[in-house]
Amino acid sequence: MSYDTIEFLIADSVARLTFNRPKKLNSFNVEMHEEVRSVLRKVQRDKDIRSLLITGNGRGFCAGQDLSYRNDSTDEAKPNLGTSLEKYYNPLIRMLSDLEVPVVCAVNGVAAGAGANIAFACDIVVAARSATFIQAFSRIGLIPDSGGTWQMVHSMGRARAMALAMLGSELSAEHAAEWGMIWRCVDDDKLQQEGLDLAKHLSAQPTQAMAYIKRAINRATTNSLSHQLDTERDLQELAGQTEDYLEGVHAFLEKRPAKFVGR
Amino acid sequence: MPEKKFENIVVGGVDEGVVVIQLHRPAQRNAISTPLLAELSGCIATLAEDNAVCCVVISGSEKCFAAGADIKEMAALDAVGVLNSKRAVYWDVFRRFPKPWIAAVNGYALGGGCELAMHADIIIAGHNAKFGQPEINLGIIPGAGGTQRLIRCVGKALAMKMVLSGEFIDAEQALAAGLVAEVTEPELSLSKAVKLAKIIASKAPLAVRQAKELMLTAFESSLESALAAERKAFILLAATKDRQEGMTAFLEKRPPSFSGE
Repeated sequence: MSYDTIEFLIADSVARLTFNRPKKLNSFNVEMHEEVRSVLRKVQRDKDIRSLLITGNGRGFCAGQDLSYRNDSTDEAKPNLGTSLEKYYNPLIRMLSDLEVPVVCAVNGVAAGAGANIAFACDIVVAARSATFIQAFSRIGLIPDSGGTWQMVHSMGRARAMALAMLGSELSAEHAAEWGMIWRCVDDDKLQQEGLDLAKHLSAQPTQAMAYIKRAINRATTNSLSHQLDTERDLQELAGQTEDYLEGVHAFLEKRPAKFVGR
Repeated sequence: MPEKKFENIVVGGVDEGVVVIQLHRPAQRNAISTPLLAELSGCIATLAEDNAVCCVVISGSEKCFAAGADIKEMAALDAVGVLNSKRAVYWDVFRRFPKPWIAAVNGYALGGGCELAMHADIIIAGHNAKFGQPEINLGIIPGAGGTQRLIRCVGKALAMKMVLSGEFIDAEQALAAGLVAEVTEPELSLSKAVKLAKIIASKAPLAVRQAKELMLTAFESSLESALAAERKAFILLAATKDRQEGMTAFLEKRPPSFSGE
């Protein structure tokens, strides 16, 4: 299947989604939203896919909304941005959060606006040293969306989140890693390999456990400790029923590497 | 329960007084067709008479409880067809089922699916559950108690919003509104419902049935008459062996062994 705004391929249980509007810094228009949504659905349905790697072509990762599609200057054509979030960006963030496989994001360049927050919505984010995250929204009279306000407050705290959101300043990849917004910052020329290695490694892990870990960690930000203990209890009960758990224990006792099948 | 072969439901054996019924029309997202309703109501009627059965659990699949009635079937009926349909008779069997039953709901419980879940005494929902009465989208209204039960469960504002707009609510909203008793992982809603059912099944059956009957009349009686009914039931239960056993066991600091008498 060929796409106009993205590239998508599946190889060895790893699905690779690459934003492909390099001349527009991979900014989103409706077509790109629809293509991304359709491949995320594929990933959701295909039990043979055990990890997803997201990156961008060209010098940028993703510059958020393509503003040339927002150039409505007449009063009656004022775009309803809430509708845009409801129809496109919010479902995208929810899908990334609900996907039952690990999602690796390799941020190859500037991640601005929604582009930054789409990266933050992924599970393990690695960024090139020269990459930057910019909550560019305030520069055009908007607020950070696509989950950005939530991610920033939960990961870097109120003071930093407020300043970055209000000032629209660049957050370097190094700072993002130091501040716990992303997992790692790596040299530019090592980024793609690092991302791919991570995705491949994750695709060989006990995939059901990965899905349960994702649920547990995502809920931990809002649960009380007591409630989270209940959540862990339930998810562990499920994880303990998997073939991969038995394989993991046997492999450990037999002092050999485990071979996980993903169920 | 005799081994009867059903086409639209799967019925388990009796396990510690509990029977699990699973809706089984996967290609139609368990749409509640008249044949499904007929099988389910026949099954429920039989279980009502089976002394070995204390509590019933009803569920769909991990992804879907029941996404409404069978629209294709319904669209083929005219007003007289709807009048003469046996569906009302089948729904009535659920309403009159005297034993406690629990619905384990994952995914969509819409229209007739939501109404079926609300016939149950307790709903345990998976995180992915979505409840709705979207009949308004088809130019009709809920026909199996949806307008009556939903408002009693979630209150006026939310019930009006759901029924008049057809919009769904998710599991968390359903929990906050009081429609469901618990929200859990979808993979566990059935096993948790069964666990709860077994706990209920281990209690004195006569007391359980009286409690259910009284609580259901709470929506329809004045407080005065309901309290009088509660008092009468309380007195009646004093004549049971199980009350004696329950209290004696408590005083002797041992678990009770109920006989159902």
